[in-house]
Amino acid sequence: MRYLTARKRAEGKGAAGTGTEHFWYMKLSGVGLALIIPVFLVAFGRALGGDRTEVMAAFAHPGMAILTGLVIFFGLRHYASGAQTMIEDYSHGSMRRGLIIAVTVLSYGLIATGLFALAKIAL
Amino acid sequence: MVQLTLPKNSRMTTGKTWPKPEGAKTVRKFQIYRWNPDDGKNPQVDTYFVDMDTCGPMVLDALIKIKNEIDPTLTFRRSCREGICGSCAMNIDGINTLACIYGMDEIKGDVKIYPLPHMPVVKDLIPDLTHFYAQHASIMPWLETKTNAPAKEWKQSIEDREKLDGLYECVMCACCSTSCPSYWWNGDKYLGPAALLHAYRWIIDSRDEATGERLDDLEDPFKLYRCHTIMNCTKTCPKGLNPAKAIAEIKKQMVERHV
Repeated sequence: MRYLTARKRAEGKGAAGTGTEHFWYMKLSGVGLALIIPVFLVAFGRALGGDRTEVMAAFAHPGMAILTGLVIFFGLRHYASGAQTMIEDYSHGSMRRGLIIAVTVLSYGLIATGLFALAKIAL
Repeated sequence: MVQLTLPKNSRMTTGKTWPKPEGAKTVRKFQIYRWNPDDGKNPQVDTYFVDMDTCGPMVLDALIKIKNEIDPTLTFRRSCREGICGSCAMNIDGINTLACIYGMDEIKGDVKIYPLPHMPVVKDLIPDLTHFYAQHASIMPWLETKTNAPAKEWKQSIEDREKLDGLYECVMCACCSTSCPSYWWNGDKYLGPAALLHAYRWIIDSRDEATGERLDDLEDPFKLYRCHTIMNCTKTCPKGLNPAKAIAEIKKQMVERHV
């Protein structure tokens, strides 16, 4: 029990001074992904059904490699930001901070793994 | 984590069923949330029967009739009876609205009345709006100027005055904020649609000179950016206002400051 005035409770620690960059990044990456993911899916679909050499050759092509790299990097960063929003919505306190750390580590781990695999194929 | 079930002492039980009025031809059944902080019991839903031939057309008319003629302990706020004061906001037939301007002909079947959702209850249909009002006060709902006050008045063009239409009419009934899931989960930090609509009303006011400070105060992942454009606020507003659009306009101004 704390004796705080209603105004103090409402104002809390004041504005964090951030939020717009996250909001704008989600809009920007959302539009960008809406443009590149269909192209990636078509290219990915074409590579399906081939043998290992053909698939490796498809991903080694500079256009496909760059496109795949963009999808991995921006897709997973978008995922991390979106998941952060969801976590902030539904969890509180230490669990909130723990989950945000976990999601960030997971997505950057996946980005690193994906880009490493892509580099091995393409370079 | 977010609570998906009510705590044990908040779970509703079946309450008292009051007798039907004698000799009444047109009777309507009302199921009304009751909770008294003094008796230590869980909330209950009482059943009342109202003679519609001797009752006004609005839900508030029926509530007043119940209080006057059946159960004087039924507690609710009311004042103007014409949708101006915002006192009689409650959840009627699943919709947050004002009892005084919600006609009973709009409801099919039994009339179910609960207090505004996800707010602490003071008694029966009265929610505790202390935090809601404090959030409103925190956005500085007044004209802030730095220039010396003019001799006569702060002038405003007709076009600039028109920008306040759809904003100044808000009566702070809390229907919008209490219909917003983001406000349910994070109402301690998220300002909610009503306070943000008022914030925008002052941000867009051509006479106000604190636009930057107002935007600074809203630059926060929780105060403003918990709004995910769910639009419940706009759907439920009994005054037909559009808080979701006002919030979107604030976000637009935030982005314009950055990009």
